[in-house]
Amino acid sequence: MDSEKKRKTIKTIKIDVDKCNGCRSCEVICSAFHALPKYSSNNPARARIRVICDPLADIYVPVYAGEYTPAECAGRDKYIIDGKEYEECAFCRASCPSREEFKEPDSGLPLKCDMCEGEDEPLCVKWCITDALIYEEKEEEIEEMPDQNDLEIGLKALADKYGLEQVIDTVTRISYNSVA
Amino acid sequence: MRYAETGFNLEIDLTLGNIERVATDPADTELYLGGLGTNAKILWERVPPEVKPFSPDNLLIFSAGLLCGTPAIGCNRTIVSTISPQTELMAFSMMGGFWAPELKYAGYDKVIVRGKSPKLVYLWINNDKVEIRDASHLKGKGAIETAGIIKKELDQPKAQVTSIGLAGENRVFFASVEQGKSSASRGGMGAVMGDKGLKAIAVRGTKDINVAKPAEFMELCGEVLEYIKWRNENPIPGVMPILAGLGSPQEMKIHDEKWHTENFMWGNSRTRRKGFWTEDIANSWTKTMKDAQTRLISCYNCPMKCGATLTLPDMPTYMMKCFSKLTYTMAAMSDLDFGLKIAQKATEYGVDGFSAPQVMAFALELYENGILKREDFPGMPEDNEGRFYWLLDAIVKREGIGDILADGTYWAAKKIGAGAEEYAHNNIKKHEQLPLKLSMLNPIYFLMYSTGEKINITQIEGQFPQAPFPKREHREAFVKDWFQVPDEKFKQYFLDWELRGENSIPYYPTAEMTCDIVDWQERMHYIDDALGMCAGLSSFPLKPPYHIHNYPKFISAGAGIDMDEEKLTNAAKRYRTLVRAVNVRRGMRRKDEKPPKNHWKKRFPELETKLLDEYYKLKGWNNDGIPTEESLNELGLNYVSEDFIKRKILPDTKSQNNSTE
Repeated sequence: MDSEKKRKTIKTIKIDVDKCNGCRSCEVICSAFHALPKYSSNNPARARIRVICDPLADIYVPVYAGEYTPAECAGRDKYIIDGKEYEECAFCRASCPSREEFKEPDSGLPLKCDMCEGEDEPLCVKWCITDALIYEEKEEEIEEMPDQNDLEIGLKALADKYGLEQVIDTVTRISYNSVA
Repeated sequence: MRYAETGFNLEIDLTLGNIERVATDPADTELYLGGLGTNAKILWERVPPEVKPFSPDNLLIFSAGLLCGTPAIGCNRTIVSTISPQTELMAFSMMGGFWAPELKYAGYDKVIVRGKSPKLVYLWINNDKVEIRDASHLKGKGAIETAGIIKKELDQPKAQVTSIGLAGENRVFFASVEQGKSSASRGGMGAVMGDKGLKAIAVRGTKDINVAKPAEFMELCGEVLEYIKWRNENPIPGVMPILAGLGSPQEMKIHDEKWHTENFMWGNSRTRRKGFWTEDIANSWTKTMKDAQTRLISCYNCPMKCGATLTLPDMPTYMMKCFSKLTYTMAAMSDLDFGLKIAQKATEYGVDGFSAPQVMAFALELYENGILKREDFPGMPEDNEGRFYWLLDAIVKREGIGDILADGTYWAAKKIGAGAEEYAHNNIKKHEQLPLKLSMLNPIYFLMYSTGEKINITQIEGQFPQAPFPKREHREAFVKDWFQVPDEKFKQYFLDWELRGENSIPYYPTAEMTCDIVDWQERMHYIDDALGMCAGLSSFPLKPPYHIHNYPKFISAGAGIDMDEEKLTNAAKRYRTLVRAVNVRRGMRRKDEKPPKNHWKKRFPELETKLLDEYYKLKGWNNDGIPTEESLNELGLNYVSEDFIKRKILPDTKSQNNSTE
């Protein structure tokens, strides 16, 4: 299978929980930016970043919305760091049936951070002047290969549609032809 | 469509257990903005002067400001208003934190509470679902503790809770309403809440707040953010650190307390301790604060870190901001370690951090001077700190002498008699003040103290430097980028202000200048209190990011109300006058408008009379401090002037004219 070297921009938000002051400005600007029309409304419940916050326990964790998952993990995790017990799955970015985070409040549709496409930097970073959120970009050279997952999904779909046997037969025929 | 506001209030009748969602009139928003402005209108219309503070007919209003819930940075204040048991006047106390924006997202601008619940209840507002819930299991629980229990039993970690402690339940006149590190403390809001049988209000909201002109509004927010960054990097030179930056005075962050400990009074606002701040004290207090602090924290959508989480050995963690840091320490003539420890108990009990320590110091002064006797304090320990803990418990539980002291120094002194009134020496309008006793009368502060209806000087002062800068070149440098002034003349006032000589206090600033300065200071605070803006980013600090020039734009773009500086100034004047009208109708007059007799050593009765005369004139009030018919009608407050005439508070000029014809 062919592969080629490609340069890819990796966008990272560095989260320094020690610097977070719990003001939730990140949630404010995120929900405003993603409103339609842009900035027309504000509602932290629509934000794609959440500060998981328990002031008396000194817990402040800004978390970004990641992928949607239709099913929760087989088990949950619970971190205790420096004696502080974080809530279940606190650091997970998934929009998941196991919790309320990262879902549109009215429709329940999943939310996902898009790094504020079109802006110089994610706006949560810009609005966090206490520097709990720092944006970093770096270039990485990667070997671009067809994704194994995609291949598997494709094969499974073919097998579902035509039956596994027919798919195997076809693949065998193709490989035989290409060898010949 | 309503912008910035939701257009709905929640009306809660605790006697009937009735809950209603009521649409508000957008015309009121144009005239009175919101927050304090519309609260004043409601109290004028619905709480006549015959209604006592602890009557079921008294209202307790929790209002978000007009711009709360929008991205306007630092706009998060809840304006709590009622008739105060302590002053028997309209009280409005503000708290920052997270509650007001959450109320907006739930779909309401205000919660208006009337009646009295037969048993202790709390209110749970979850978007459209609003419930009055039993709170008998929360009886006697601490304010912060209560918030935790409620969030847990509702399984709502994101709910914001405002609550009272035991002091509120027992109607201590200086009981506060607490919310995290914030509290509405002045005027006895907690007492009225407790009288109504309301332990807490929990709120969770997930709805949108709209702004009228999105792009413009965000540009304004961006400018404010940039200016805050710039101000954080460029503190104002020549003033003490707590006045150099933005935010509330940074009492959690700044450890140098030379100025407070050597200039403010200790004990029952009696003793000045010059030379107190030694290196040893500085080191030990800094260590105490650093050891106790886990983190500096903020209110909703604000980068300033005015508060802190504090944990002392073997005590639950609590949160604090600003000057409560020192009030207990100084009242007890003790050290910071004691002050932070007793403040933890006081926060859970829910008492005002200014009044409570002073009431206790007052009681001990009465004891030392033989007016109160040993038998008035049964079981009180002999050690100084122990006495304060004992007194705090007695007051909050209203036991024995504590029951009398729980009404504050003014009412307690009246009850105790035997000359006790002389010891309640630090009150304005029956309310305890910051423990300051100074030498030379300051005309600006004289007017602010006298005419302020917010009772607390820190919620009246600001913008204009507290004292002249010694050198002209420093003053010139200061005015160079002072664009916040409403008029260029203020720069000149400041440039010519000297420490000594002809252009120094008390005769400079002149009466006319003083009136202008105080009017400006007051106006900015009143605007903040209608918009829900924290004074720490606006009316309190020098050179703030919000000012009279950008506020109209924020209101236009945010609320969609066509606004300019003149219209905004008029609106602020309108509801400021309405606050006064509520109080005038309750009997407040010129005789009540005076700072404590001993606030300054050097007093100037003639000058003071002149200052008050001229200020009243500027405000459109007659010589007794009553808004005139003409000025009321000019502001569109004809309903007030008509009421005043009917009650014979103002003369009936029309019928006099008729009778002479």
